[in-house]
Amino acid sequence: MKIRRILSLMLRHLYLIKASFPRIIDLIYWPTVQIILWGFVSKFFTMHSTYFNNTAGIILTAAILYDFLFRSSISYNMLFLEEIWSRNLINLFVSPLKISEIVVALTCTALIRTLIGLVPAVLIAIPLFGISLMDLGLPLLLLLLSLYLFGITLGLLVTAGLVRFGPSFENIAWASLFFIAPLGCIYYPVEILPDWLQVVALALPLAHIFEETRSILITNTANYMNIYNALMLNLVYLSIALLTFYRSFKTAKIKGSLINVGE
Amino acid sequence: MNKLSINNLQKKFGSFEAVKKISFSIAENQTVALLGPNGCGKTTTIAMILGLITPTSGSISINNQMLKKDHHYLSKMNFASPYVELPKKLTVLENLKVYAMMYEVPDTKNRIEQLVEELNLAPILNKKTGELSSGQRNRVSLAKSIINNPEILLLDEPTASLDPDTGDFIRTFLENYKKKNSMATLLASHNMDEVSRLSDYVLMMKEGSIIDEGTALNLISKHGKENLEQVFLKLVRQNEN
Repeated sequence: MKIRRILSLMLRHLYLIKASFPRIIDLIYWPTVQIILWGFVSKFFTMHSTYFNNTAGIILTAAILYDFLFRSSISYNMLFLEEIWSRNLINLFVSPLKISEIVVALTCTALIRTLIGLVPAVLIAIPLFGISLMDLGLPLLLLLLSLYLFGITLGLLVTAGLVRFGPSFENIAWASLFFIAPLGCIYYPVEILPDWLQVVALALPLAHIFEETRSILITNTANYMNIYNALMLNLVYLSIALLTFYRSFKTAKIKGSLINVGE
Repeated sequence: MNKLSINNLQKKFGSFEAVKKISFSIAENQTVALLGPNGCGKTTTIAMILGLITPTSGSISINNQMLKKDHHYLSKMNFASPYVELPKKLTVLENLKVYAMMYEVPDTKNRIEQLVEELNLAPILNKKTGELSSGQRNRVSLAKSIINNPEILLLDEPTASLDPDTGDFIRTFLENYKKKNSMATLLASHNMDEVSRLSDYVLMMKEGSIIDEGTALNLISKHGKENLEQVFLKLVRQNEN
């Protein structure tokens, strides 16, 4: 892997963000609206629900973390879709860039893109609702890492679909996170689900992450077992996603569909 | 010495054989043209050389070394086609900087300045690539394709949809560039004048096979025609009725 080649692809996308003010506004607008909306919902529940009585902002914190996951996954997909829309994909594939370098470049750029969108929204939540992510303490870093890994995993799987099936797979890119959101137990405890669905939910890192978030906010103590489980599950899913991504490139080269994706 | 050698290269998509065990080679500083009607296998052949399509069988060798499946020779190759574009929202300069970095070009600043001068890009350097005319875009695409001083250059219809003046500018540039730089070029084109002017050797393809080959002049005299276009029409229409 060559750093210079990775930086070149990152530079290409940073130029793109820099070139368009509406693009920057678009990145910031949606997370901000989302957080303001959930901020008021959270405030209402805090005032009227016994469950949330002593834990102001539990829903808003979950909403911010879910948005972090959503933005990182969508950012990854968007970066790849940008190459398809600009018909630049073939130029990348015939350059010395290796697939691993493309993955690293997109992963790093997706993080920058996510932070551009989310940091202002998170900062707004502090004075507006008195809620700070920092309340989660040190485990916050591990929770964010876990969410980011899962976001990239989903991004890789969708991108693999785009490589294999072409731009017609684009709709899946937008819908991918909504498919698993109900199983993520973002806003409700895992016990709410039927028994058999709890097994499925606990096989995903999201349920562990959001269970732990609620647990920290309610009990003020961190259960590192949940965080560990989430990270381990993430590693398994990320490995599967990487294998799928490589496999889809290989198949696309055999079937000749790489040319159609890029043109 | 052969820079690029293609040996019995074949590509099958299911039962359809797009390229039928073709063989040819390109020597250093030689330009070989691939001619043939649409769907004859030219693009598939170029895509296999660029590693975009995995051949069913056969081999591709560069400097007499057979390429592996995921070859690492791409830093010394490059490609231009009007059907593949550079990011439209980036300026010309930004695009050149990005690709210079991607190809790990040493002394990037100097190389870009050189290309800007040779391809007359100064007036459009800070314009967004999407705002350029097709002729200007073509010049930028050409600059990208030689930014790494490639040893092997693959050009897919480099002057398609250009006005005669811009087309001539590109062809003159390629002629001069070839004189100054040792490079093997594979040119796919439907423009017979362009092929006659730029290529040292012509491969005529039809239905995935090379059906004839030689210099443009040899082919014209061999088939008793006045120009390459007539040769092309004769070969393509052969056995059609």
